[in-house]
Amino acid sequence: MTRAALAILAKDLQTERRTGEAVPAMALFSVAVFVLFRFGLDRESLEAGLAAGVLWVTLLLAALLGVSRLFAAEREQDLLDGVLLAPIDRTGVWIAKAIALLLYLIVVELIAVPAFALLLLGPPLTTALPALALTLLLANVGIAAVGGLVAALAAESRARELITALLLVPLSVPVVLAGSAASAPLFTLAQQPEQLGRWLALLGTYNVIFILIAVAIFDYLLED
Amino acid sequence: MFGRGLATLAAVAALVFSGALAMVLFYAPIDADQGFVQKIFYLHVPMALVALAGFVAAGVMAAIHLRTGERAWDLRSYVAIHLSTILGVGVLATGSIWARASWGHWWVWGEPMLVAFLIVFLLYAVYPMLRFSIEDPERQARYASVFAVMAGAFVPVNFAAVRSAEPLTHPQVLSTTGGNMPPEMLATFLVSLAGMTLLYLTLWKLEMTAKRSSEALRRLQRGLARDTDEASARVAPATPPVPAIGGPSPGTPAREAD
Repeated sequence: MTRAALAILAKDLQTERRTGEAVPAMALFSVAVFVLFRFGLDRESLEAGLAAGVLWVTLLLAALLGVSRLFAAEREQDLLDGVLLAPIDRTGVWIAKAIALLLYLIVVELIAVPAFALLLLGPPLTTALPALALTLLLANVGIAAVGGLVAALAAESRARELITALLLVPLSVPVVLAGSAASAPLFTLAQQPEQLGRWLALLGTYNVIFILIAVAIFDYLLED
Repeated sequence: MFGRGLATLAAVAALVFSGALAMVLFYAPIDADQGFVQKIFYLHVPMALVALAGFVAAGVMAAIHLRTGERAWDLRSYVAIHLSTILGVGVLATGSIWARASWGHWWVWGEPMLVAFLIVFLLYAVYPMLRFSIEDPERQARYASVFAVMAGAFVPVNFAAVRSAEPLTHPQVLSTTGGNMPPEMLATFLVSLAGMTLLYLTLWKLEMTAKRSSEALRRLQRGLARDTDEASARVAPATPPVPAIGGPSPGTPAREAD
């Protein structure tokens, strides 16, 4: 399973490196949305709570773009049949896709978060950065786990993009909620919030539950 | 026969439900704080609990479908989600009315139970879209089941997450059941809960019966059409053999409702 997952992951990353389909689009999209908010809200800098909401909703929407592209190559070239012919555990496909999405999200955030700090945030982000990075990382794992599952679930339906969006948005409400609650205090005076541990625990629980669910049921998606 | 025991179940449900209604109106005391409006609680809370339990039960049924591969479990799960979604509309409406009466607003965003229920409702509203956008019936059942399992597990996670996020203004009915609810209220609530559960089960069974009998009818019609086709192809006007009407697959007899 691990070798198959690694092979699919390597294939995905190589395709992404050569075509640049997902990550540049996601990064560009998030920067564009930040600019949109900058003009839409028309303020010099956002207060912490609002800024956290803007950051997390934008990142979720950017993740949505990545999720809807996850199985694009397989679908357009009918490659899934090839994968299904191979005697490998189907869960490996989910692992590869989720890790690919996780890496995409991390790269996108390396671009999007500085852009966010520059465009929308008043105080500099430096001291709060480790806590924010940890929150983002945990949230990314959750979104990647759910995103891999949702992408495969929506892949067979006629209204693929719509279903992906409609599924991913409610499913990731807990992530956005915890992420924005954890990071809002970080944006104020860059102080350590006392509640941070609780939100990180919530994100961790969410990740564990959805990883277990995905491992349990992904097999049934790619049959026949 | 389809729908065996449906009439009895419906009668019991009607009896318990009207009994609950009578208790709500004549037996349960008027709430000291909220007055008469508080009685919507006997409708709202059982409806919410039954709807959520229906969603979770649908997830369990879907898991059984995935494990055993029996299509009947997918149908059961589909019907359960369908009914829970309909109850969900009622939950949101009654919750809204209650919120307006006791907090002064139709909708309170800071209120975790309301918001958590709305999120769950929005997620399940996608279920029919997903299900009916997949054409192949076997794959449709499988994908719908995967959704039902995932969403069923999401329900408690979501409630825990949203609940931990906000200060509580929602009436903490269940956690204080033993404490401050007077016994008359508790009894009325429990009877209402039983009535709502029975109503749900009756509707579930009714819809299952309808689905199965129309499926059986379709099978018979297909079988009949094929028989007449064959008969006309042979240009033999003889009467079609009666036993063949049973359908194209005599190996699978029409399944009875449980």
